[in-house]
Amino acid sequence: MSKKTLIVIGNGMVGHHFLEQFVASPEAAEYEILVFGEEKQLAYDRVHLSEYFTGSTHADLAMGTADWYTGQGIKLQLNEPVTALERDQRMVTTPKGNYGYDELVLATGSFPFVPPIEGREHPHCFVYRTLDDLDAIRASAQDGKSGVVVGGGLLGLEAANALRSLGLQAHVVEFAPRLMPVQLDTDGGALLRHKIEELGVQVHTEKATTDIVEGENARLRMNFNDGSHLETDLIVFSAGIRPQDALARASGLEVGERGGIVVNDQCTTSDPHIHAIGECALWDQRIFGLVAPGYTMARTLASVLNSDRNAAFTGADMSTKLKLLGVDVGSIGDAHGQTPGARNIRFNDEQAGHYRRMVISADGKTLLGAILVGDNSHYDTLLQYALNGIALPSNPETLILPEGQGGAPTLGPDALPETASICSCHNVTKGDICGVIDAGCSDLAGVKAETKASTGCGGCTALLKNVVDNELEKRGVAVSKDLCEHFPYSRQDLFHLVKVNGIRTFRTLISQHGKGQGCDICKPVVGSILATCWNEHILATDHVPLQDTNDTFMANMQKNGTYSIVPRIPGGEITPDKLIVLGEVAKEYDLYTKITGGQRVDLFGATLSELPEIWEKLIAAGFETGHAYGKSLRTVKSCVGSTWCRYGVQDSVGMAIHLENRYKGLRAPHKVKMAVSGCTRECAEAQSKDFGVIATENGWNLYVCGNGGMRPRHADLFATDLSDEELIRTIDRVVMFYVRTADRLQRTSVWMENLEGGLDYLKKVILEDSLGICAELEEHMNGIADTYQCEWKTAVEDPEKRKRFREFVNLPEQKDPVQQWTTERGQRRPVLESA
Amino acid sequence: MKARTCWNAVCTVEDLVPESGIAVWTEDGPVAVFYLPHRLPALFAISHTDPFSGANVLARGITGDLKGEPVVASPLYKQHFNLITGVCLEDDSVRVKTYAVLLDGNRIVLETADKQREAVAA
Ligand SMILES: Cc1cc2nc3c(=O)[nH]c(=O)nc-3n(C[C@H](O)[C@H](O)[C@H](O)COP(=O)(O)OP(=O)(O)OC[C@H]3O[C@@H](n4cnc5c(N)ncnc54)[C@H](O)[C@@H]3O)c2cc1C
Ligand code: SF4
Ligand code: SF4
Ligand code: FES
Repeated sequence: MSKKTLIVIGNGMVGHHFLEQFVASPEAAEYEILVFGEEKQLAYDRVHLSEYFTGSTHADLAMGTADWYTGQGIKLQLNEPVTALERDQRMVTTPKGNYGYDELVLATGSFPFVPPIEGREHPHCFVYRTLDDLDAIRASAQDGKSGVVVGGGLLGLEAANALRSLGLQAHVVEFAPRLMPVQLDTDGGALLRHKIEELGVQVHTEKATTDIVEGENARLRMNFNDGSHLETDLIVFSAGIRPQDALARASGLEVGERGGIVVNDQCTTSDPHIHAIGECALWDQRIFGLVAPGYTMARTLASVLNSDRNAAFTGADMSTKLKLLGVDVGSIGDAHGQTPGARNIRFNDEQAGHYRRMVISADGKTLLGAILVGDNSHYDTLLQYALNGIALPSNPETLILPEGQGGAPTLGPDALPETASICSCHNVTKGDICGVIDAGCSDLAGVKAETKASTGCGGCTALLKNVVDNELEKRGVAVSKDLCEHFPYSRQDLFHLVKVNGIRTFRTLISQHGKGQGCDICKPVVGSILATCWNEHILATDHVPLQDTNDTFMANMQKNGTYSIVPRIPGGEITPDKLIVLGEVAKEYDLYTKITGGQRVDLFGATLSELPEIWEKLIAAGFETGHAYGKSLRTVKSCVGSTWCRYGVQDSVGMAIHLENRYKGLRAPHKVKMAVSGCTRECAEAQSKDFGVIATENGWNLYVCGNGGMRPRHADLFATDLSDEELIRTIDRVVMFYVRTADRLQRTSVWMENLEGGLDYLKKVILEDSLGICAELEEHMNGIADTYQCEWKTAVEDPEKRKRFREFVNLPEQKDPVQQWTTERGQRRPVLESA
Repeated sequence: MKARTCWNAVCTVEDLVPESGIAVWTEDGPVAVFYLPHRLPALFAISHTDPFSGANVLARGITGDLKGEPVVASPLYKQHFNLITGVCLEDDSVRVKTYAVLLDGNRIVLETADKQREAVAA
C-alpha cells in the first residue's frame, strides 16, 4: 500500500516541534513527510535570537540537525518557499515544482509589521525576526554610531539592547505614551523607562514618524508628527507582528478580519485537510505571539492526526517573564484589571526601582493578574496563584511586599494542585512530575530528561526545582543542601568538619573536602566558621581573601565605594568626652554623622586610606570596633533602667554593657541583636531582638529569636526569673547552638522555625541538656570571650595589615576620582553619576 | 587597526595579596590586579570600576572560580565578572575592560593604551 503524504509549510519553532511530536506517534508510519522552509537555515530557536549577537551561532540555536530529519525519513527542503496552494488538487507549488499532499500543515509563523512610512525602504531600515535580518543589521552597524528602534514593545526593547551590544547609541521610538503598553500600566511603564534610560538607551514616547529622509549628521533622519526629528544611522522596525497567512488567503481559506488563519479546537482550518499551528493560526479570534501556545497547538495537532477525539486546543496563558536590558519585567493574566470589580494592590519603591501590582477578584479570593518591574522573584508564586485559582491568603499584600530574610515568599509546592502547570512550554504539570518520580526518576536532571520541563524558555527552572525537591523529600530521597559548587556540604556539616578535624585554613578545607578555588558564597561562610572555631584575627593573611569587603576593611562599604565607621558604644552609654572625640574626628575628616537605631553613631564617607588613621584616633580615645560590618553581635540596646527610671526594677544598662562586652566579636551565620529593658514597660523593644532581656522583680526574663526588619517577628519567651549567671549561661548556650547549626545567612528566627520541634525542642536542648552538649557550648563561648581582641587595634598596630588600606598601591596620594561630594543639611554627602 | 599600547610597571610582588586584589592607578584610570596563586597564569587585571555602581571597588571583591573560570564578585551588588574576559556572568551584555598583565622580575607590568603616542599619531 502506498503511503499518504503530509506536507508541512514552514520550518520554524512550532513546525519543528510538531514534527518531533508527530514522528513519535503511531500514525507517522502511514505518511511520507515533506517540509518546506523559506529560510535557508534549519529551524532555530527564535526566542533566543538575540544571542546571535553575543556569540551564539546558528548551530547553537538550531532546534535539530539535518541528520535527525534524514533519520526520521523526513524530506526537508530549505530555501524553498511555497508560492501557491491549489486546494482542489491538493497541491502546493514552489519555484522548483509541484507537490501533492493528503494532509497539509501551515506553520508559517508571522512577519514583522512595518508601518507605511515614507522612506521605509531605505537600505538601512531593518526588521528583527530572522538570522538574515540580524546579519544585515550587524553589517549596517559596523560603521554607524546610532540606531533607532521603532516600537517600544517587548521585541523592540530586545532589539534596542541588541543595538547597544553592537556599540550603537540606541533609541526607542514609541507611539503610545509608555513602554510595553500591552503588558504594563502607567507606573510600571514609567519605571521601566527610567531604568532603561539609566542604561543609556534614549526613549521617545508619543512620537509618530511621518517620514524618513537622508540625514545631515547621520545616514537617516526621522521626522515626527509633532515637528521634532531624530537623526540615526539605522532603523529597526519592531511595531508588532502580523500572521503569515498569504497562502491561506489566496487559496480562499477562512482568515480573520485582521489576519490569521482561522482554526478550530483541533487546529484544523475551514478545509478539513489543512491545519494551521503557531503564530499564523487564529483561534477564538486570538493570535498567540509566544512559543508556548504554539507548542501546545503542535501537540494537539499531532494527537488529532492520530485520531485522538479528545485532543483540543483550549487557549493558552499569555503571561510573560523576561529580562529586558537586564531589567526584570513580568506580566501575568489580566494585568490591566479589566475584569469587572477587580481590585488592585500596588507596591511602588522608586528608590529601589521595584514596582509590583496585583489584580484581585472582586471577592478578594483569587489573583487575576499582576505586573512586575525591576524584580521578578515574585513571578513564579503569583503565576501559580493566578493559573490555578488558589485561594489568596488573608493578607495578600505580603505576596508583593519586599522580602525580609529568606527570599520572596513562595507558595509551598505542596499547596499546588496536581493539575498545576509547572512548565508551560512543554505542558508539564505537577502530576506529570510526580508520575515520573514514581516511575523511578530520582533527581532533577532525570525529571528534566523525562518530561522536557524547563528545557524551553527556562522560565520555570526555579519552580521545577522546588517541586522536584519537595516531592523527592516526601519520598525520603535526600536532596542536595550543598553550599555551592565547591562544597557538597551544608554550613552545619562544614562547621563539623572544621571543628572535628582541627582545620584552620580555607585551603586545607577545600583541598580535603571540596573542589576548585571557592567563591563569594563559600569563602565568607568558611571565614565565619574559622573565626568562630579558632577566633584568630580576621586579617591574618590566610583569612583576608575569605572576607566580604566589609569584613576585610572592617567598615561598611557605601554606594560610592567609601566606608562608614561605627565604634562600639556598649549599651548606648557614652561619656561626654568620648562623644566630643567622635565629633572632632568626624569634623576633621568631614564625615557625615548620623545616630543609628542601635544607640550608636555612624560616621560616613571615609576613604579606604583614611580608615586606619581615623581608627588610630578613636582607639586612642578608648573606642573599640563596633563590628557593624560583620555577621556578628551588633548592639545591645537598653533603656535607662532602675538607675534613673522611676519604674525600673533592675539595672538594664549595666546588664546591656555586660552582654555587649561578652558577645562582641563573635562570628555568627548572620547579625545578632540584643536588648535589655529595665521593667515590663519594655522601652528597649527587647522582644524584637534575637535575644531580648526584660527585668522582673526577681531577675530577668529571656526572650529569643525575634527580629525587626521587613518581616518582624516577636521573640518567644524562653525562660523566666533568671539570675545574672543563669541568664548569661542560657544565652551562651543558645548563641553557640545557633552558630554551630544554623545555615548561611539564617537569622535566629528562621533557624528556630526550621529546627524540627521548634521552640520546645530548643528548650529541651538548652534548658534540659537533652543532647548532652551544654557543657561544650559554654566552654566554647568562654574560650571566645577570653580571646577577644579589637580587630582594629590589632590592625593599626601592624604595618603589614595597614598596607591593605592603600587606595592605589602605586600612588598613595591619588584620590579616587569618582568620589564627588555636595553639601546637604550642613553635611557632606556623595554625588554619584549614574553609570 | 590595533591601538598602540605600552607596558608599565605598576607595583611589586610584595604589594599583591594572595587570592585577592589590589588597585593601581594607571594612565587608563584605576585598574584592579588579582593574584590567584593556585592558577596558571596567576595574575589578572581588569578595570577597578564596577559598571553597575560606577564606584571604584572591584579589587575589593571576593575572588574564586565558577565552573572553573576565575571570577571576582563585586563587593557592592555582588555580580560576578570573569577575570579573563571581563564579562559579567549575570548579564553578559556588560563587560569590564581587561588588561594584559605580566610578572617581570619582581615587578608587575600592565599593558595599557599609550595615550601619548595615540595623540601624536592622531
Ligand atoms: C527576537 C524575538 C524574541 C522572542 N522572544 C520570545 C520570548 O521570549 N518568548 C516567547 O514565547 N516567544 C518569543 N518570541 C516569539 C517566538 O519566536 C514565536 O512565537 C515562535 O517563533 C513562533 O513559531 P512559529 O513556528 O509559529 O513561527 P516561526 O518561528 O516564525 O516559523 C515560521 C517559519 O515559516 C517560514 N515560512 C513562512 N512562509 C513560508 C512559505 N510560504 N513557505 C515556506 N516557509 C515559510 C518562515 O520563513 C519561518 O521560518 C520571540 C520572537 C523574536 C523574533
Ligand atoms: S523599660 Fe521600664 S525601666 Fe526601662 S525606661 Fe521603660 S519604664 Fe523605665
Ligand atoms: S539602611 Fe537599610 S533600610 Fe535604609 S536604605 Fe539601606 S538597606 Fe534600606
Ligand atoms: S515554562 Fe518555558 S521552559 Fe518551562
